[in-house]
Parts: sequence; C-alpha cells; structure tokens
Amino acid sequence: MEVALTKERALRQMRNKRTSVFAALVAIASMGLVSCGDDGGGGDGNGNASDAEFNAALDAVFNESDEAGGTLKFGTAGDWGDSVDPGNTYYGYSWNFARLYSRALVTFKVAPGKASEELVPDLATDLGEASDKGKTWTYHLREGLKFEDGTPITSADVKYAVERSIDKKVLTLGPAYFDNMLNWPEGYRGPYKDPDVNTDSAIETPDELTVVFHLKAPFAGFDYLAQLPQTAPVPKAKDTGAKYKEHVISSGPYKFTTYDAGKQYVLERNDQWSADTDPIRPALPDKITVQLNMNPDDVDNQVISGDLDVDVQGAGAQPAAITKVLQDENLKKWSDNPTLARTWYVSIIPAVKPLDNIDCRKAIMYGVDHTGFQNAFGGPIAGGDIATTMLPPIIPGHQDFDLFPAGDDMTGDLDAAKKALADCGMPDGFETKMAYRNERPKEKATAEAFQQSLSRVGIKLTLQPEPDGTYFSDTCGVPKWTKENGVGLCTNGWGADWNDGFGFESQIFDSRAIRESGNYNMSVNIPEVDQMLDAASNELDKAKREQMWGEIDKRVVQDAVVYPGIYAKGLLLRSRTATNVFVSEAYQMYDYIAMGAGQ
Amino acid sequence: MAGGAFIIFLVLVAAFAPLIVKYLGTPPNEFHYKLLDPAVGGAPKGRFGGMSWDHLMGVEPVNGRDIFSRVVYGARISLLIALLATVLSVVIGTVLGAMAGLFGGWVDAVISRVMDMFLAFPILVFALALAVVFPDKAFGLSGNGLRIALLVFIIGLFNWPYIGRIIRGQTLTLREREFVEAARSLGAKRRYILFSELLPNLVGPILVYATLLIPTNILFEAALSYLGVGVRPPTASWGGMLADATVFYTLPHFMLWPGLAIFGTVLAFNLFGDGLRDALDPKAR
Repeated sequence: MEVALTKERALRQMRNKRTSVFAALVAIASMGLVSCGDDGGGGDGNGNASDAEFNAALDAVFNESDEAGGTLKFGTAGDWGDSVDPGNTYYGYSWNFARLYSRALVTFKVAPGKASEELVPDLATDLGEASDKGKTWTYHLREGLKFEDGTPITSADVKYAVERSIDKKVLTLGPAYFDNMLNWPEGYRGPYKDPDVNTDSAIETPDELTVVFHLKAPFAGFDYLAQLPQTAPVPKAKDTGAKYKEHVISSGPYKFTTYDAGKQYVLERNDQWSADTDPIRPALPDKITVQLNMNPDDVDNQVISGDLDVDVQGAGAQPAAITKVLQDENLKKWSDNPTLARTWYVSIIPAVKPLDNIDCRKAIMYGVDHTGFQNAFGGPIAGGDIATTMLPPIIPGHQDFDLFPAGDDMTGDLDAAKKALADCGMPDGFETKMAYRNERPKEKATAEAFQQSLSRVGIKLTLQPEPDGTYFSDTCGVPKWTKENGVGLCTNGWGADWNDGFGFESQIFDSRAIRESGNYNMSVNIPEVDQMLDAASNELDKAKREQMWGEIDKRVVQDAVVYPGIYAKGLLLRSRTATNVFVSEAYQMYDYIAMGAGQ
Repeated sequence: MAGGAFIIFLVLVAAFAPLIVKYLGTPPNEFHYKLLDPAVGGAPKGRFGGMSWDHLMGVEPVNGRDIFSRVVYGARISLLIALLATVLSVVIGTVLGAMAGLFGGWVDAVISRVMDMFLAFPILVFALALAVVFPDKAFGLSGNGLRIALLVFIIGLFNWPYIGRIIRGQTLTLREREFVEAARSLGAKRRYILFSELLPNLVGPILVYATLLIPTNILFEAALSYLGVGVRPPTASWGGMLADATVFYTLPHFMLWPGLAIFGTVLAFNLFGDGLRDALDPKAR
C-alpha cells in the first residue's frame, strides 16, 4: 500500500509541475482582480487567510459559510482507534465523527466554545423527562425519521441499539454505563445470547415514538448517557454483531459508501435524511473521506499543506509539527490551542512499600519538579497548564486547590519533602520503580523528569518501560503485578467521558471497580471516597452535585495517591480551506458536523 | 590507517568519558530547563539546537540534556556491547566452525544445519520478544547490567554462524595441507592439530572477520536501542538517542550527532577491517 501511495503522490507532483507555469500566469493575471473582489467576498470559503490568527476557531466560528458541496477530507495515523459502530466505540473523536452518520437521542450543541457543553435533543424532541426521583427517564422521538434504506426509525430500534451495546463479549469497546445502571432482568446478556428475554424492566417502548429507561438507582445526569452513540438506532434486521461496523446503517445525513478496513472510508449523502427532522446538522459537504493508516507526521504535514482538512483524532499535532508551527507566525495563526478535559498524572501506589506510608507518598508530592512534568509534555502551549487537582478546570465543579505547594517557581519544595521523608522514617530517601508506556515519548520524558527531580531528596527511581498495548491489562493496571514487581509509580492520564464530574471521576476514583486486571484506577482505594461518589451521583441538585465532585477530588489528592501533572492542552492544526471551523468544548476538538468543505 | 586511528580515538573517548565530559560538557543526565523555550514546545533556545561553548553539540529538546556528553557516554555502551557480542560470536564461531571442518562427517552435518537454522532465524523479531519478556532480575544481574548482558547474548548468539562458516571453510582447506598431513602421519592427536597446527593459521581470518562483525553489531545494537529494548533510560546510547530524536525531526541537530557517531564508527571499523584483510590475506585483494 505504501508503494502505491508514493507512486500516486509522484504522479500528482508531476502533474502539478506541468501546470505550474499556467498557474503562475493565471495567478499574476488575477492578482489585481482579487484585491478588488476580496472586500465583498468575505466568507466565500477561500481560506480567509487574512482572518487567520492563533486560536481564531476557539471561541468563534472561523471562515463562516453556508455553501454546500465539495469533499471534506479527514486523515488519521494508524487504523481507526476502535470502531465506527456507534455501539462499540469509546474514543471521543469517534463519538464526534459518528454524528455524521448516526443520531443519538440527544447530543451536544453545535456551537463554539463553552456553548457546546449544552445538551440538545437530536433524535428526541426534547431532553429526557425524569420521573420517580430520577430513576425513570422518558424520551419522545421526532416524527418522519428514516434509516438510509428508507425504513422508518422507531423506538424499538433505539431499544435494540442499547441492548446490543451491553453484550461486551461481542461489542467489547464501548462504555459500560447502560450495562451497570439500567434495571436489566437478572442475568441478561444482550439480544445476541438472550433474544427472547423481555427487557421491559430496563427499557420500555409504549409506542413507536417513545422510549422509557428504568434505572436501578436514581441518576441525575442521564441525559449524558442518552448522548452516547450507543443510543443511536440500529435496525435489528441489519445487525451483524461485531461485523456491523463494516456497514453501519445510517440515521444521519451521510452513509458509508466505502468501508475499506485499514485504508479508507468514504461517506456520501444519505438521501433518506431530511433537514426538516434535524435542526442540528448543516450537512454542507457532499462527500467525506477518511484516509487511514497514515504516518502521524504526514497527517500534520498534509493539514499544513492543505491536502487534508482534519486530523480526525483531534488530539493535537505531533511534537515535530508543534515545534515547527510555534516557531513560525504564519503557521501558528493556522492553529488552535484548546484546553482538554484530560489530566496527565502519576499514580502513586500505596500497596507498594514504602509508599504504604502516607509521609513517603507526600515526599514525592513535594519533591517532584512540577515544571519538569510540564516540559515533558511540551510546555504550556503544547502540553498544558500545571495541575494541582485532578478535575480539569473546564469540568464544572472544578475547585482550585494546591495541597502540596511546590514553591513559587513550581520546581518542588525540597525542605517539605525532606521533612516528609523524616516523618516516614526514611530520612535518607528510598528506592522504588516507575513504569511508563514505552511507545509514548512524553511519558518517558515524564519518568526521566521524576527520576531527576526526586534524586534531589534521595528518592531513587528505576525506570521501567512497558508496552502500551498491555499497560492496563498486564502491567500497571494489575494490582498484583505492581505489588510483586515493586512498581510504586505509574504514569497515567484520564480524559472525561463527558464534561461532568461523574464522567471524569467514577472510572478512576471508585475502589469498588478495581478488578484483577484492566484497571485505570491504580492507586485510589479509599472507602470514604466511594461513599462520596454515591452521594454525588444521587444528588439531583446540579449546583450541590458539582460542589461535591470538587470535594471528592480534594479528598483523593489529600491522600497523596495521585500526582496531578498537567491539565492537557492540544495544538490543533486548522484546515486551510474548510468552512465553519470551530472547537467544540464538549469534544475539545473541531466540531465535525458543522464543517463545510469550502472551495 | 585512518580507520584504525579513529578506532583508537573512539576507544580513548569511551574510556575517558567522565574526564572528557568534566572539562567539555555537563553530566549526561543533568537537565537544563533554562536553555529551552517552553513557548515553542520545549525546543532549545538559540541557533543550531542551542550549540554553545558549554554545550558543544547543543542540548536535547524537552529536558535540555547535553548532547555532547550523551554522545560521548553513548560510545561506551555501543562499543562495549558490540565488542563483547563480537567476542562471543568469535568464540562460538571458531570452536564450532573448526570442529565442523576438522571432524567432518555427521559432526559437520549437524553443526552446518544448526548454522543454517540460526541464519534463517528472524533475529530482530526474536530479540524484540526476548527483551520484552525478560524479567527484571536474572542470573544475579539487574538493571542495566542485565540489559547489556542480554543484548550481548542476543547479538552474539545470532551472529556466530557468519564466523563459523568462514572458519569451517578455512579449516577444510587447511586440514588437507601438507603440514597437517605431516603432523597427522607423525601420530599427532586431533587436539594438537587443532590448537597447534590449525588455529595459528586461522588467526588472520578470525581477526579480519571479527573486525568486520563489530560494525554490524554496532548497527544492530543501535537498532535494538532504537526500538526501545536497549539499555534503560536515562542511560545514553546512540540508538536510543536516535529514537528520541525522530519525534523531533524538525530539529535536525538532535538526530545529527548520534547519527554521525554511528556513521563514523561503522565506517572506521569497516575501513580498518578491509585494511586488515589486505594486510593479512593478500590473495583476497
């Protein structure tokens, strides 16, 4: 495949060369015209180079236009992260992208910045109606909805979509909120294995347009669950289980016309979709392409050159492109620097001696050079701001606190660290191991920075690279492994499933979720925190609930079992030609359903 | 000659690394955040990757470690591993190759097939797998000592057939020569023939091919370090430095110096090996 690509590119270059003389002539001839026509033009999808500036698409729409047509070109390094099956995906970009061809009950508002945090009805006519103190949630579907094959979308299709998503043996990758929270019949394993079980105790469909969810316990934030792509309707007759991803039946404005695994996806207009039933999606481009398995640096270069519109992963440019872009004002103005709902941190594992002693853990909290952590991730712009809490600031409920001040210059408080070591009974320091993901240069740099800065107080770290693919399943995510190997520190990071305290904290703070392997929570094992989490998720009052997420955060950091490093930021490279480009804070990347192809 | 001079220079550099770094650099694992510009993603301030009298080859992005010191210290790891692995290959290769040539028959058949097997083995894949699953402590070694031993073992074990085949061929021709025939007809034992008659005549080719094997091993060590199975960070090695540098290919100086070090070393050993062959084995010219 690589050869074919190179050949194609060579041909294109040859062609370009041949036409370049003409192009130059045309350019010269039209120069005068352009300067006259430009004033009236504005927003005609010609790149608007004059408006381009750093962070221009962060809180406002860049290159606004309602012109339809053209092809919007996405690209990605490596294969698609998990799956394009809406019921089987856990990547933020995948959720963002899925909205092009599938419609969940509700979704995040299509608007720049903070406004995108608001949930708006999508397939449903309104947000969920809570009853029974938040244990029952009812949604009404819009009228006239159709799948790509023309069959009408009914509440049964939504019910079926949620049911199939809980069979984690077949659809292994999606979040498990519905599995755990809906009131399923005892022992229900999903429609593939238990096709004849009546599941009305969990989801009822009293008529073709009404879906009623029954929860085991009240949950105030259910609309966030209804926003998951898992609620996008799936026609039972067309479901092929794990293979459904090869032909997802569209309920949105675009449908897959090519699914070439590992190479390319092409989506074209779905003629059964009607703008009348969809107030959210402008659906401007005629065609959407996704080039898979590109070289990561090539993705950046092609966005910079204008051959590609968006890096679909939306996680920010690679270090090479970052240094290049930030050093050149002309490139920098074509980039945006959003804060992410993600914190990079280090788990301090209390099951490993001598870290069972809180004072030894505190010595680490005080001893680390916080700026080193930040530098390891690329500094304040590419990496992010120094974090002293786990909950990132863009998540409501975030409280500012700094329980282990690292001095004015944030390079660590060595006196406090030494005192903590003395309290721990190890005034000369101690030895432990620190694991990190081998394929991640930033985590390697973090581990090296930890090693350097902790050596100042006599804490000796041995660094241990571990493979990325098995980090949670075989090494750091396995409590037995960390204990037996004496690995006291593991680099870690967590992004919220959605921007809310529950979406961030439930997976990494709840000790009852700790299993034999596969744990993202490597070090937080505090019964008091478990109770606080329960109390918060049952609280129906939004303001009170948000206050509680902040308290939980504080309680966890107080125990010195996590070292918050930075609140992540990304440097997104903006398309040179696409229209309606803006960063959605809900996804912390460009909103994919708003964009037009331009030109 | 030039090759030989450069090799001597390299060995001296490796041996006196701490002394050199003391006067011309800063400790190889010391961070220098002040020399970096956080606003551009942690790239070094100043031109050419922050080159200055204090940092002759500039500093690394992200943590500001002195590249000169790391290249100098990296020479130790590269040379140590390459030399030890070569010694291992030469010992195994000479013993088994000479045995195969001398004894012939089924011994020759078995050893030759074993050589074929080793040559057919996907060594890089095997090395990667072994290095990943290898425990942290084994054979009374741990940490970098163990990693180095492991690399020496992997590289040495898989390269011996190259030497082995040549020695076997040489032995085959030598054992039919008159002086060996003479010794044999006088009733000399096989051991005597092997050590007193054959080995002295094998020293030439052994030396030549060992010298030519060293650069291969240096490249192999660099490849393994590049793939992340070499010595543990923060210990500097050339391959590991290259791996770090590829992430920042827009800052070419970072890649340049360890790349040049590998290039120069491999070239020097190859030139030296060629020269040695010309001197010891004029027929091969």
